[in-house]
Amino acid sequence: MKEWPSMTVAVLVGLTVRWAVSLNSYSGAGKPPMFGDYEAQRHWQEITFNLPVKQWYFNSSDNNLQYWGLDYPPLTAYHSLLCAYVAEFINPDWIALHTSRGYESDQHKLFMRSTVLIADLMIYVPAVVLYCCYLKETSTKKKIASAFCILLYPGLLLIDYGHFQYNCVSLGFALWAVLGVSHDWDVPGSLAFCLAINYKQMELYHSLPFFCFLLGKCLKKGLKGKGLLLLIKLMATVVATFALCWLPFCTQGEQTLQVLRRLFPVGRGIFEDKVANFWCSLNVLLKIKSRLSSHTQLMLSFALTLLSLLPACVKLTLQPSLRRFRHSLVACALSFFLFSFQVHEKSILLVSLPVCLILNEVPFMSTWFLIVSTFSMLPLLLKDQLALASVVTTLGFSVACVASFLIFENVSEEELQLKAFSMYVRRHVPGFKIPAKMLKTWFAVSMMTMSLLSLGSITMEPPRRLPDLFPVLVCLVSCLHFLFFLIYFNVLILWDHRNGRNQKKVS
Amino acid sequence: MAASGAAAGGGGRSGGGLGFLSLALGVSLLKCLLVPAYYSTDFEVHRNWLAITHSLPVSQWYYEATSEWTLDYPPFFAWFEYALSHIAKVFDPEMLNIQNLNYASPRTVLFQRFSVIFTDVLFIYAVYECCKCIEEKKAGKELTEKPTFILSVLLLWNFGLLIVDHIHFQYNGFLFGLMLLSIARLFQKRHLEGAFLFAILLNFKHIYLYVAPAYGIYLLRSYCFTEDKPDGSVRWSSFSFHRLIALGFIVCFVSALSLGPFIALNQLPQIVSRLFPFKRGLCHAYWAPNFWALYNALDKMLSIIGLKFNLLDPKKIPKASMTSGLVQQFQHTVLPSVTPLATLLCTVIAMLPSIFCLWFKPQGPRGFLRCLIVCALSSFMFGWHVHEKAILLAILPMSLLSVGKPQDAGIYLLLTTTGHYSLFPLLFTAPEFPIKVLLMLLFTVYSFSSLKTLFRKEKLLNWIETIYLIGLGPLEICCELVFPFTPWKLKYPFVPLFLTSVYCAAGITYAWFRLSISMLPGPAVGKAKLQ
Repeated sequence: MKEWPSMTVAVLVGLTVRWAVSLNSYSGAGKPPMFGDYEAQRHWQEITFNLPVKQWYFNSSDNNLQYWGLDYPPLTAYHSLLCAYVAEFINPDWIALHTSRGYESDQHKLFMRSTVLIADLMIYVPAVVLYCCYLKETSTKKKIASAFCILLYPGLLLIDYGHFQYNCVSLGFALWAVLGVSHDWDVPGSLAFCLAINYKQMELYHSLPFFCFLLGKCLKKGLKGKGLLLLIKLMATVVATFALCWLPFCTQGEQTLQVLRRLFPVGRGIFEDKVANFWCSLNVLLKIKSRLSSHTQLMLSFALTLLSLLPACVKLTLQPSLRRFRHSLVACALSFFLFSFQVHEKSILLVSLPVCLILNEVPFMSTWFLIVSTFSMLPLLLKDQLALASVVTTLGFSVACVASFLIFENVSEEELQLKAFSMYVRRHVPGFKIPAKMLKTWFAVSMMTMSLLSLGSITMEPPRRLPDLFPVLVCLVSCLHFLFFLIYFNVLILWDHRNGRNQKKVS
Repeated sequence: MAASGAAAGGGGRSGGGLGFLSLALGVSLLKCLLVPAYYSTDFEVHRNWLAITHSLPVSQWYYEATSEWTLDYPPFFAWFEYALSHIAKVFDPEMLNIQNLNYASPRTVLFQRFSVIFTDVLFIYAVYECCKCIEEKKAGKELTEKPTFILSVLLLWNFGLLIVDHIHFQYNGFLFGLMLLSIARLFQKRHLEGAFLFAILLNFKHIYLYVAPAYGIYLLRSYCFTEDKPDGSVRWSSFSFHRLIALGFIVCFVSALSLGPFIALNQLPQIVSRLFPFKRGLCHAYWAPNFWALYNALDKMLSIIGLKFNLLDPKKIPKASMTSGLVQQFQHTVLPSVTPLATLLCTVIAMLPSIFCLWFKPQGPRGFLRCLIVCALSSFMFGWHVHEKAILLAILPMSLLSVGKPQDAGIYLLLTTTGHYSLFPLLFTAPEFPIKVLLMLLFTVYSFSSLKTLFRKEKLLNWIETIYLIGLGPLEICCELVFPFTPWKLKYPFVPLFLTSVYCAAGITYAWFRLSISMLPGPAVGKAKLQ
């Protein structure tokens, strides 16, 4: 490839920014007794290293599940174990059973930060680079620009390198899966996706589009011939991968059940903390959390999630195409985020990843979404003292997107891929036009609102009667945006841009 | 960094303005991200100066010595700190207390870091002006392949400036801004303005005296003499007296503004003793990679050989020399010791040929720029107590030349890569290690690839030079990744610094040599090519 130096530069910038963010504080730094996610990850290393596999997910005198009990699938536990071996080699104090609780030091921070960087370098970054290199119908410049912007996406950066988590691993596997599936390496693709699910159960947000797309592929090939073969192969892959990952826990039924109970804590209520999803926002007006029983909440959220998923999934199964697959990934993940049970604010990253993938298709809307998604995590980031880093990386990302995709010049019906939709509407409402100009104004208003709210959250003390004023406002504003984006992406799926183009040719 | 071509990926259509703007914005944002990074004692130096200038009357600025970091920059810089201190008051008044040694509250850090970032606006403007001076050879190229774009990346994203100013902590950004702006003004034939800016610059930081000879000769030769003879030599009769007076007036006016109050207070000797501390050693604790590093290394080697073959008496060898690199005073054992006067003499001799060329064969502003770089580099090579950071004085102006001719691009790549690598010991803390390596790689990959695309047909470096530069990689791995885990670490802690210094000194000496030759007109250049 002729442009490899530019790609190298893009990756290097991404890495530099990553490490620069990691110089900042992490969640729960110096805040006993519970600390934060950083301590959780360290604690998991301690548990997995010192206890036998059978006890990892069980409450015991050595493993108090109230104190950051392991609640991610086995692959996360294995990863922790691997890190623990390295930690043991460098300094055994870091993972000593019991005594290492709340261990904090500069060296340890450096160690933890580098584990994230290494995981990122091995899984997420190469996936992004490869994905962008293999983009179809795109100039080399655009490919590099996409890679550059995706690597600079502030949400993931801030959560992984600031707050401290390993989202890059699960998202990276998911990206490898997308890469595989879209180049007809369906078996490796589904393998990668199973790994993603086994790293973080939240990856289930992406599972339906994968399922529907692959099923649709099989159906297209005919369920009596090649299609059946593919289906069997895929099923075998999935079962085998799961079996391998869960091997130590499969020996006893109780083990498996306990892990599942840890992974899906149904009893914890419809939402915790402030999340920019539908339920939390609705709770501001109607106190559903206290009014409805836990069971009703569960049923309600299940029904609404299913309802919002349905159109995209049905359409994708019947007419599988790569473009629709990517859009369904966004729409389904967004539906889950908005309507499902027990959502965390960080889960928005699962929506952001597929949005990153369509950055070069619909740059304007994608950029907008990605900025809003970072904004929706603002209360969390402020708690971790990442205000400066958040503002700076968000601004940097915006500059990169504006400069590389010229997003403001590309706001037309065609560029937003809404041609087919507007033609459809015009059949019923003559003279209908997508208000592209108005969209720009909305964008400006939305940016203004977000900037003001950010400024307020950072600098102002909330009134004493409303201590949660700013987090709630942030959630409300973000939630409104997300609902709007959900509609937009569903429209994209149902009225495919391609059909529009074909119709134009015919007429 | 938009350099990834990314930013400008689509920017092709909208012209250079957007590209430049996103480059400048991008680098400023990166600087903001570096706020929580490690800072050196220079942070305390500048905090102390803020306190001194804020809480003491002018008459005591250069006498105050509570902290060991006394004020040792010229008066304009003191006034600059004085102005800053009024904003500092709003952030945290405690930092303005002279007794508060090593005070570094989060707000102090934030203020100091942002003061550097904001004053860099001048640097950005200067880069913008410099880019206008570069003539575009071919129109219709892609934006990212245009010399102006490349130049703006090379200057704005300069690795050395980034780590020295925004991690190590210093105010070089706006000072280099002044220098580049003054160079740009000379390119634009606005000589008086250029001279004015340079006079101001000298009164901010006297290290720029290194390049003063180039300014003096160029202004005298090409501004005060208005005409040349047909063969290019000077026409003595064209001397314009009132131009000289204008220049003289400007220089005297600025100097009077700066030094006047102190002369009135009869403090000039005190200021001079603060500005030129010859009591410090020939080399800094970490030897700057210059001629004296090679000289010291040779001395060291000779003494070791001497001891081995019993040519030297071990009792006569001073103790300190055994721990070279750790102490300020390096005593030579075999070779003669070097006095400040000797270094001055060497510096002048090294500068002379290029100065002569500037006088006898002036080649317009480009010739001046070349001479300026030779002067900066010569001072770096032979100066007394030179800091490794001074290499920036040659690297930044050299960027301007690099996008002009392929030969210069070759020298530039050699000089920058070696010079930047020699700055690595400035950042020795573990968390900053990835940053410096990544930033260095970033800048190096970009400078090589962009200059190669700019001069497609030419070969920029020959194979020896290439091998030398590739050698920096293993050197870094040995010094910072392998050596600390070997048993020698405790016994010979100075070895990595010694190796870095000597290795880089070889490259920089070579670059200086090639650059000096390129200054000579006509056949000499041909010879250089043959080599």
